[in-house]
Amino acid sequence: MTASTDTSPAIEVRDLVKRYQKSKANAVDGVSFQVRRGEIFGLLGPNGAGKTTTIGVLITSVVPTSGACSVMGIDVGADPIGVKQRIAVVPQQSNLDRSLQVREILTFHAAYHSVGRKEREERADRLLNELGLADRKKDKVNRFSGGMSQRLMIARALMHSPDVLFLDEPTNNLDPQSRLFLWDRIRELNQQGLTILLTTHDMDEADKLCERIAIMDYGKILVDNTSAELKKMIPGGNALEIHVRIPESGDPARNTGLKQALETLPGVTKAEMEVGQPPAVTYRLYSEEARSLVGSAAQAVLATGAEVHDLHLKQASLEEVFIYLTGRHLR
Amino acid sequence: MQDRSRVSLGITAFLAMLHRDLVVTGREFIAFLLQALMQPLFFLFIFGKVLPGIGLAAGGFVALMLPGIVALTTLVASMQGVTLPLVLDLGFAREIDDRLLAPLPIGFVAIEKVLFAALRGVIAGAVIFPLAWWILGARFAVRSDHIALVAGMIVLTACMGASFGLVMGTVIKPEQISMMFTLIFTPLLFTGCTYYPWAALDNIRWFQVFTLFNPLTYAAEGLRYAMVPPINGRNIPTLHIGWVLAALVASVVGSVILGSRTFRGRVVS
Repeated sequence: MTASTDTSPAIEVRDLVKRYQKSKANAVDGVSFQVRRGEIFGLLGPNGAGKTTTIGVLITSVVPTSGACSVMGIDVGADPIGVKQRIAVVPQQSNLDRSLQVREILTFHAAYHSVGRKEREERADRLLNELGLADRKKDKVNRFSGGMSQRLMIARALMHSPDVLFLDEPTNNLDPQSRLFLWDRIRELNQQGLTILLTTHDMDEADKLCERIAIMDYGKILVDNTSAELKKMIPGGNALEIHVRIPESGDPARNTGLKQALETLPGVTKAEMEVGQPPAVTYRLYSEEARSLVGSAAQAVLATGAEVHDLHLKQASLEEVFIYLTGRHLR
Repeated sequence: MQDRSRVSLGITAFLAMLHRDLVVTGREFIAFLLQALMQPLFFLFIFGKVLPGIGLAAGGFVALMLPGIVALTTLVASMQGVTLPLVLDLGFAREIDDRLLAPLPIGFVAIEKVLFAALRGVIAGAVIFPLAWWILGARFAVRSDHIALVAGMIVLTACMGASFGLVMGTVIKPEQISMMFTLIFTPLLFTGCTYYPWAALDNIRWFQVFTLFNPLTYAAEGLRYAMVPPINGRNIPTLHIGWVLAALVASVVGSVILGSRTFRGRVVS
């Protein structure tokens, strides 16, 4: 058993390979990444990219072909029981115990993890309150909606105070209310110190929740960075868009003149012009750091006697990054 | 988090799972009893009351059959306690995942299921006795000098049914359930010396040998040895009790080893 130290990452994956029997390709093909303690880390990728297998190895349900993983400094292969004490898993599909009542699902889960009776009863009541399920505690889950099941699975996951929480597409198929509610809860839990690894197809979710995002495809991690850094990856993905009103904009020379003025501003790599209904003209200035152009661009426009109607930063969306990296073809 | 000893954590988790099963079965205890006892109830009624009543069976026949009914009921109840729930759970419900993530070796999750199903089998088998006494009245005949052996045989039979159920539950896919009843259950039922004593098959030698491949044969014969009173001062001929115990222990051990491996194969990839 490897001792857990405070400096070790919450999750560490090194050169992980998994090839299933009778499969021609590796489901996970040499993946390495780290998740720091207290971080929300998103694993994104199309279906079949290897996300679920990677998580499977970390939660001890998949045996890797090669490579090593540790959770809170504990080697997953050498000490799966030690890992199971520190993690909790919220799967995509409900796997709640249908034979038990809602509150019992929580208390029995805690009992499996050796949480004392008094403590588990208190925790169950507190979590049912926090997740808005207190009035359903005697119910069985057969008729639970997707959102209720998801909330109950999160409550269950928290019953044994894990250090790392694995969320597999936590808000898939949920209504907007449930989704917003869960996002708030996930952030709160993270603020209380819980490390969270989540997989999702929902770019908005990844963008809003995750401090760092890894995009996976064909068993490999393509990129691993903050959302803001990932968005800079698309060539020309970062631009300043200026809507201008130019008196006499029917005169092409005036329009082009302004374009040339903008193009020569320091930092601009490329400028585009789009002539709209006179006197409206739109200019798009591409730059590594489009934000820094705001002042100089506005001045350049005013200097020509034109009027700035609107000015905003255009950033590539995470979805554009995702498609840029993984392609458009169906899986 | 303070590390408790792994053994103590494992035992706590194991006991909590047993507790969970007790709570769930306790809630549906009447349904469980009805399910387990409906078939033996009618067997006892038809073979112990109706057939002798209309002269189609000798009155003593039911005494030979009662051990078979106890064996079958115990076996079926313990097997049903594992097989069907496990097929559905591993197939799609995945309720078991929560227990697989508990801090104990996953093999013990399977052992717990077997142990609890065996307990269900023992209860179902034991309840046959008052039921038979009530239905058969004066025809109820069980020797009283082998009570410990009867109890031991019921426990072994239940363990055999439950461990066999573990193997079935882990190899059968949900879509194969109805085929399982036809292809496995029916032959098991009719070739297990439940309704006839093994020694009486002397005239059909090939079938007599064939029945030896069915573990139910040993359960029924062992109970016959322990339950049927001597007729005219002579014990009825049965399979040797030593062979019976050896075969049952071997099939329990074999099924548990095989079932633990197939279980692991289904929950860890």
